[in-house]
Amino acid sequence: MSQWETVIGLEVHVQLATASKIFSGAPNRFGAEPNRQASAVDLGLPGVLPVLNEAVVQMAIRFGLAVDAEIAAVTQFARKNYFYPDLPKGYQISQLDHPIVGRGHLDIIIPGKDGDTAKTVGITRAHLEEDAGKSIHDQVPGLTAVDLNRAGTPLLEIVSEPDMRSAAEAVAYLRELHAIIRDLGISDGNMNEGSMRCDANVSIRPRGEAKLGTRTEIKNLNSFRFLEKAIEFEVERQQEILEAGGRIKQETRLYDSERNETRSMRSKEEAEDYRYFPDPDLLPVTITPAQIEAVRAEMPELPRARRERFMEQHGLSGYDSRMVASDHATAAYFEACVAVAGDAKLTANWVMGELASVLNREEKDIDAAPVAPAALGRLISRIQDDTISSKIAKTVFEIMVKDGGEPDDIIEARGLRQMSDSGELERLVDSVIADNPHQVTQYRAGKTKLLGYFVGQIMKATGGKANPGQLNELLRARLDGGS
Amino acid sequence: MTTMPDTLGKAAKALASGQISSRELVSTCIARIDAGRHLNAFVSIDAERALDAAAAADRRPPAERGPLNGLPIAIKDIFCQSGVRTTAGSRMLEHWRAPYDAAVIERLTAAGAVLLGKTNMDEFAMGSSGENSHFGATRNPWNENHVPGGSSSGSAAAVAAGMAPAALGTDTGGSIRQPAAFCGLTGLKPTYGRVSRWGMIAFASSLDQAGPMAWDAADLALLLNVMAGVDHRDSTSVDEPVPDYTASLTTSIRGLRIGLSADLLGDDVDADVRATVDASRKVFESLGATIVPVSLPTALAGVPAYYVLAPAEASANLARFDGVRFGHRCADPQSLEDLYLRSRSEGFGTEVKRRILTGTYALSVGYYDAYYLQAQKIRRLIRDEFLAAFSNVDAILAPTTPSPAFALGEKTDDPVAMYLQDVFTIPANLAGIPALSMPAGMSGGLPLGVQLLGPHFGEAKLLQLAHAFQQATDHHLRRPAGVPA
Repeated sequence: MSQWETVIGLEVHVQLATASKIFSGAPNRFGAEPNRQASAVDLGLPGVLPVLNEAVVQMAIRFGLAVDAEIAAVTQFARKNYFYPDLPKGYQISQLDHPIVGRGHLDIIIPGKDGDTAKTVGITRAHLEEDAGKSIHDQVPGLTAVDLNRAGTPLLEIVSEPDMRSAAEAVAYLRELHAIIRDLGISDGNMNEGSMRCDANVSIRPRGEAKLGTRTEIKNLNSFRFLEKAIEFEVERQQEILEAGGRIKQETRLYDSERNETRSMRSKEEAEDYRYFPDPDLLPVTITPAQIEAVRAEMPELPRARRERFMEQHGLSGYDSRMVASDHATAAYFEACVAVAGDAKLTANWVMGELASVLNREEKDIDAAPVAPAALGRLISRIQDDTISSKIAKTVFEIMVKDGGEPDDIIEARGLRQMSDSGELERLVDSVIADNPHQVTQYRAGKTKLLGYFVGQIMKATGGKANPGQLNELLRARLDGGS
Repeated sequence: MTTMPDTLGKAAKALASGQISSRELVSTCIARIDAGRHLNAFVSIDAERALDAAAAADRRPPAERGPLNGLPIAIKDIFCQSGVRTTAGSRMLEHWRAPYDAAVIERLTAAGAVLLGKTNMDEFAMGSSGENSHFGATRNPWNENHVPGGSSSGSAAAVAAGMAPAALGTDTGGSIRQPAAFCGLTGLKPTYGRVSRWGMIAFASSLDQAGPMAWDAADLALLLNVMAGVDHRDSTSVDEPVPDYTASLTTSIRGLRIGLSADLLGDDVDADVRATVDASRKVFESLGATIVPVSLPTALAGVPAYYVLAPAEASANLARFDGVRFGHRCADPQSLEDLYLRSRSEGFGTEVKRRILTGTYALSVGYYDAYYLQAQKIRRLIRDEFLAAFSNVDAILAPTTPSPAFALGEKTDDPVAMYLQDVFTIPANLAGIPALSMPAGMSGGLPLGVQLLGPHFGEAKLLQLAHAFQQATDHHLRRPAGVPA
């Protein structure tokens, strides 16, 4: 065990999936032509005023309830002042003193070689703010272009306590957060498109030391993998410095995924004074207990509850249930599939195995799976009723992926039905025994591994359609029973 | 010059009876604006646009005529008007055409008003003399060597000079009331939230409020009827019913209680100002009102509190003028920092820069508690004192300014002396209450005003009191030499 202990806290920005922006009526959509989804308010024209989109308040409350947090009775917006070309007003409307979501916590599961471990991570706060636009440096040579479509996109910034002790814990926390915001329907959580962005505060201290070490903040972590890699790199960098007798500089660092390293962006001395003050254009927002209860009444099932339900209702193991129940789309697919297939364990294996590898290969989300859950369920039920073997089922599945169609039709059309006619199978067994006297003698002399050879011969002759269980039984009976 | 009805009320009657057309009214205004160019009251005039609007008003069928149909009104150049240059008196916006209408512009236009043009003002409404405009100082029609007051300097001068029967102003610390007092007009700063701020270029968002300026209270009522009301584009506008201010004008003021505070009549108040307040008190008493002493011990601490809070808000509000998307951009910027530094250094005038610096300082780490928070506490105290006073009185009578209009250039080198001009007007902005200034006397050939302050949404009573006063006196009928009454 290293003499150093890692301490990590995360700040996660989640773009809320509202129809319009947080302070203007402009649509909140990704990918439009530059500057086509920015209204006068988003452009910060002289004389314009912000009006709070009520939907973001509902969404933030929903999140707060999901992490057992205090919801502020009165929440207030503040101006965070700094100059940047993609910040039209010269200030960002954010929250400082009265965030909408207060202290809460999130239970996470950290997968490990020796099984899963559970942990509770504290949530310090979550507050609402507007996103800035985008500065684009590589489009016009020598100039910076500004796209203000993103300006005014609602963000929920979720700040954790420094409770994580490894990159794996940080990733588990981010995954759980990701699953929750998707379940809550407040964001698509798409990290490629920036719907969920993460900054990590990382420090290390000698094991047993109570005082926190000097931290660095790593920006630009837009995937689970980058989060893990960046923390690992940063921990190692800090260790090297401390072990060489140096000191860590408090600074903001940027993660460069191409070089897999973090680089200094600015030090604490260069940090800006944001001169926060309450935004006089927006009155404090009052949230009543009745409002909170109304949101609570419509809370969807969350990953943790769903995992527990899957274990109980479907008899899944902790591992299987974490794999299929954490993400709501996967869980929905699984449930639709198992409703038809019947066997939960077999279904879980198919969803995590064959289906996952096809999705991976075709770079598709499970929502856009090429095989509908009910169709997969029917395929799985054909394994269970011995119509086909698991092996043949994989062939049928590939055909379903490629050409579509119903498993039964494919089985019929291609004659893939398993041979379970004992008369036919007996004839085949007889003939293979008759044709291979040498192997029969060897088998009977104790080389029972040769059973596979006989199975193989018959499978070859039947194109894999012989019912393997039945075949084994017949072969054994004939080979062991003499004559 | 053609004789012309000099108030909105008279003009409305003349229009209704067919004595005069809107086109004639507007032509006369334009001729007077032209003749009074040296006063520098207007920044932009589009005569053709105004005449077209007047002709359209004349053609409008009676059933479709709004309450201001065909009436010419001058607009402070702080309100965005679609397609019209909107400068806020700044080089920063010298060439900026607003792409949309401010809420009050929409409301006036919908009511049939003819917008004459944009009036000069202290840059971004920062000033008490009209001298801080990129387009030059405005002169007081009563004495051209004196200031008209500010920041709604051009609006006040335009009405006083007979160029427009009424004008729109904005009031953050007295910018409607002080120029109204200096130019012999009646002006109203409504309750914060009474009139939408949408499209009004922000100076200090928690204090800014649009209001009307005219010769008398009856005209203010006519305009406020149109301007007031909730607007969902301004979160700070209040959904409070809008009474008919004109209908309630003539309600008797007998039995109303008027507060008078020794705290607002200190030793540094000009003797003529003191005498004017005293004379006004007597008028109100003669009309059946009761005068009651009230205590406002913190009101005068309003000036230092205001000069922390307003610049603090301004420092953020003016950050959008960065040379990137609109407004002045320096030539040939060498870097982003160069673009910011030079665009803002060139685009803003001295007073604006002074306030941005003050405000930035007040909000900085280590100073926020000592300045910004402390000023907010004073603000709350002042508000509480007013609320307590209004539990006992219907309105408070006070001076509008410590002295009559001062000479051009007299205070330009002494910002603190200039700031103290607002000592009696600032408390109403800090408390968010309505306040009206009306002419009540003369001093050295220059008008003097008194102020009536009321509780939140108490505009109707203020207008009643002013109207009763004006029915009994003739201060509001005085005109500068050469301006027909």
